Amino acid sequence: MKTAFLFLLGALCLPAAPPIVIQNANVLTITKGSFKGSVVIQDGKIIAVGEKVDIPAGAQIIDAGGQYLMPGIIDAHSHIAADSINEGAVSVSSMVGIEDVLNPEDIAIQRALAGGVTTANILHGSANSIGGKCMVIKTRWGKDTAGIQFEGAKPGIKFALGENPKRQGMPTTTGRRGGGADTANLRYPGTRMGVEDVIRQAFTEAKQYQAEWKEYEAKKARGQIVIPPRRDLKLEPLVEVLEGKRLVHAHCYRADEILMLLRVADDFGFKIKTLQHVLEGYKVAKEIAAHGAGASTFSDWWAYKVEAFDAIPYNAAIMHKKGVLVSLNSDSAELMRRLNTEAGKTVKYGGLTETEALALITINPAKQLDLDHRIGSIEAGKDADLVIYDKHPLSSFAKVQKVLIDGQVYFDRDKDISDRNQMETKKKQLLEKEKQQAPQQKKQGGAARRPV
Amino acid sequence: MRAALLFALTALTAFAGVDDTFLIRGATVYPVSGPKMENASLLVVDGKIAEIGPKVTAGKTVKVIDGRGLHVYPGMIDSATEAGMQEITSVRETADINEIGDFKPQLRAVIAVNPISEHIPVIRANGITSVMVLPGGGIIAGQAGLIHLDGWTWEEMLIKRDAAMNLLFPSIGGGGGFSMSAGPTRVSFTESKRTYDRRIKQLKDYFESARRYQKAKTAGGAGFKIDLAFEAMIPVLEGKMPLIVNAVRERAIREAVDWATKENVKIVLAGVRKPGNTLADLKAKNIPVILGPTLTLPMEEDDPYDSPFTLPNELYKAGVKFAFGSFENQFSRNLPYQAGTAVGFGLPYEEALKSVTLNPAQIWGVDATLGSIDKGKWADLMITNGDPLEVRTEVKRLYVKGKEVDIDSRHTKLYKKYLARP
Repeated sequence: MKTAFLFLLGALCLPAAPPIVIQNANVLTITKGSFKGSVVIQDGKIIAVGEKVDIPAGAQIIDAGGQYLMPGIIDAHSHIAADSINEGAVSVSSMVGIEDVLNPEDIAIQRALAGGVTTANILHGSANSIGGKCMVIKTRWGKDTAGIQFEGAKPGIKFALGENPKRQGMPTTTGRRGGGADTANLRYPGTRMGVEDVIRQAFTEAKQYQAEWKEYEAKKARGQIVIPPRRDLKLEPLVEVLEGKRLVHAHCYRADEILMLLRVADDFGFKIKTLQHVLEGYKVAKEIAAHGAGASTFSDWWAYKVEAFDAIPYNAAIMHKKGVLVSLNSDSAELMRRLNTEAGKTVKYGGLTETEALALITINPAKQLDLDHRIGSIEAGKDADLVIYDKHPLSSFAKVQKVLIDGQVYFDRDKDISDRNQMETKKKQLLEKEKQQAPQQKKQGGAARRPV
Repeated sequence: MRAALLFALTALTAFAGVDDTFLIRGATVYPVSGPKMENASLLVVDGKIAEIGPKVTAGKTVKVIDGRGLHVYPGMIDSATEAGMQEITSVRETADINEIGDFKPQLRAVIAVNPISEHIPVIRANGITSVMVLPGGGIIAGQAGLIHLDGWTWEEMLIKRDAAMNLLFPSIGGGGGFSMSAGPTRVSFTESKRTYDRRIKQLKDYFESARRYQKAKTAGGAGFKIDLAFEAMIPVLEGKMPLIVNAVRERAIREAVDWATKENVKIVLAGVRKPGNTLADLKAKNIPVILGPTLTLPMEEDDPYDSPFTLPNELYKAGVKFAFGSFENQFSRNLPYQAGTAVGFGLPYEEALKSVTLNPAQIWGVDATLGSIDKGKWADLMITNGDPLEVRTEVKRLYVKGKEVDIDSRHTKLYKKYLARP
């Protein structure tokens, strides 16, 4: 009976989703050259790429009509899809995490998707020297909290250096935008020196905590009866950093603080996975490369604060030329929609090749998230996260036509446009319904209540 | 005869040691006012465009620039900036944009432009040769001026000191102004409406007072005293100086236009984002619009994702004249990419190019001297290796009034310095 049921279930599930072939495309693989050809997708994965591919029987064909096909864009620094960003009350807030505030209904996900972004690293804010835990998502618009998470992605944590974490330690100056705390509520640190101290203190504690647990595990293994150490949710993620299980993404601007963090990490024996923003990274590119940290920067932001006054649009190019693994990020729900042209700017600022420029928003951020075995290029075996652009994606004139995640179409411009009238009608109906129901509700609930 | 005259002219300037006379040979020239010309030559004499055509002769002493493989466009105009008025956003001491008070028509933005601001070379390196500088804050913020991005002093940079008066038209719930923070506020509708009504009344009263002042001045009676603010309003009341009216949404736009019609003043709308059904009216009343920034998010959650990108084409289809503005300092250099994105989302290319050159020149009343490559106009030129609306294109040379200006900046200097770090 059970077997029969299982068989029935299997039969219902079968046949599996048909393979998809995207053909007649200008394929920009990023890692294996560019050519006119096709991509074959099966069960959410790319199974074949080439100028000529065998078309599996029953395949669904998407004709790209000579348009451009590239890997889904990866934004290594985003704050979308989260209900809160900064836990600013403490200097070390590693006990909090984006996982608890993930919001799959944030419209910014749909907008990022329509801009070709398929993966984003959702970071905690920069109010603390050691911030909260980060989370990698796929922009699977319409899915729930579990559905947008990038399954199997390594966890991360945000660090922050410079003006932002020390702001709470600086007394407010009247009229100064983004000024610090009032004198009664100063929070250590208030200088770059203090930021270093906070990080060193935290990792000194984490090392002790790690040792306590190691001792406990060792004694337990020997059969001794021991009381486990008290769990510390603040130090646990830092132990994971020490053990290489959690990636550090550190917000920084100036060369001095960048160098400081690299040396702190060297002293404690862990690696900085990425330096975020890293606007003066070009000044210490060889030190960054030697440590093995990646750098995720802006294309051309500058002068919005003192620590951004030496920012130059050539930053990505210099760091790349000096051996640093570089990506471009948005840090903005708006800029996130046009990372393709942000990458295009590096062709002008520093003379990167088109492939190098595209790598800044695809394979390089994939490596920075330890996800290059899954995403970041068009290669057999990788997730079918793909974008079709009508023109070369580095062009100002290009726009996204289709976006696939795991082989499923999540955005289709033609459909988006044709759905608009329907949405408008639906909106009108809902507003009408609300109007009709409003007087009744008033009777039931008495005077109109203010939302609290 | 003409050639001889030109020769004489060029000879003179050459002797005078002036470098604003030269010939660009064999380039692709985009006059904007007409179709592009392949393999064309362009003669600049005394900073002005003297000849364009397949064959242009010039005297032997005239410097020749080989334009083969290069493209010549008119310099671009950013119709709303803070260029030179603020150095570092977070440092208040470096900002001279928002003065205290609601009505300050006597203030002039141009005098707060720091000619050696690091922003100026950065902006112009991308082909932007002139910008409107706008004061902010209050209701009547002050006078916006049009300047060249070259000069030893703000006076030398001037194109038009009193190009327009900047008015931040009151609106319900904010979002009406020059400020980028147009997000929703936590103020109740009743409270917002009360503030709005009060500010609209203040505006109307102010204009009424200004008109009384104008009458009193004309009458010239005893006891008349000069008032600098009302003096500054007279060109506006006389329709000689346009008002830049910042209005974002349909309702604010409609109210601003109705108000301006009643006041019989000339207006240029700015910051328009959701014009709704007002476009036909703007066209009928011949009201131009400064768009920007259009590389932005839609205003509402249920707006189409591409609504800011398709807006320029919407205006074009309705026949409304528009130009782009960055409304910024930091990203002024990205002005052409607003136009480029609009092309991707439907705006005809020629119109996009005009919206950063000839259209703003016409809107600000300087098209006799700027905005296109035509005989007699100032040689504000950029020489590029491709299409300036493309992010990948580089500006190779830049000219302001025929004088070559440096395209090096703080950014290129730091680049060269640190690229060479051993």
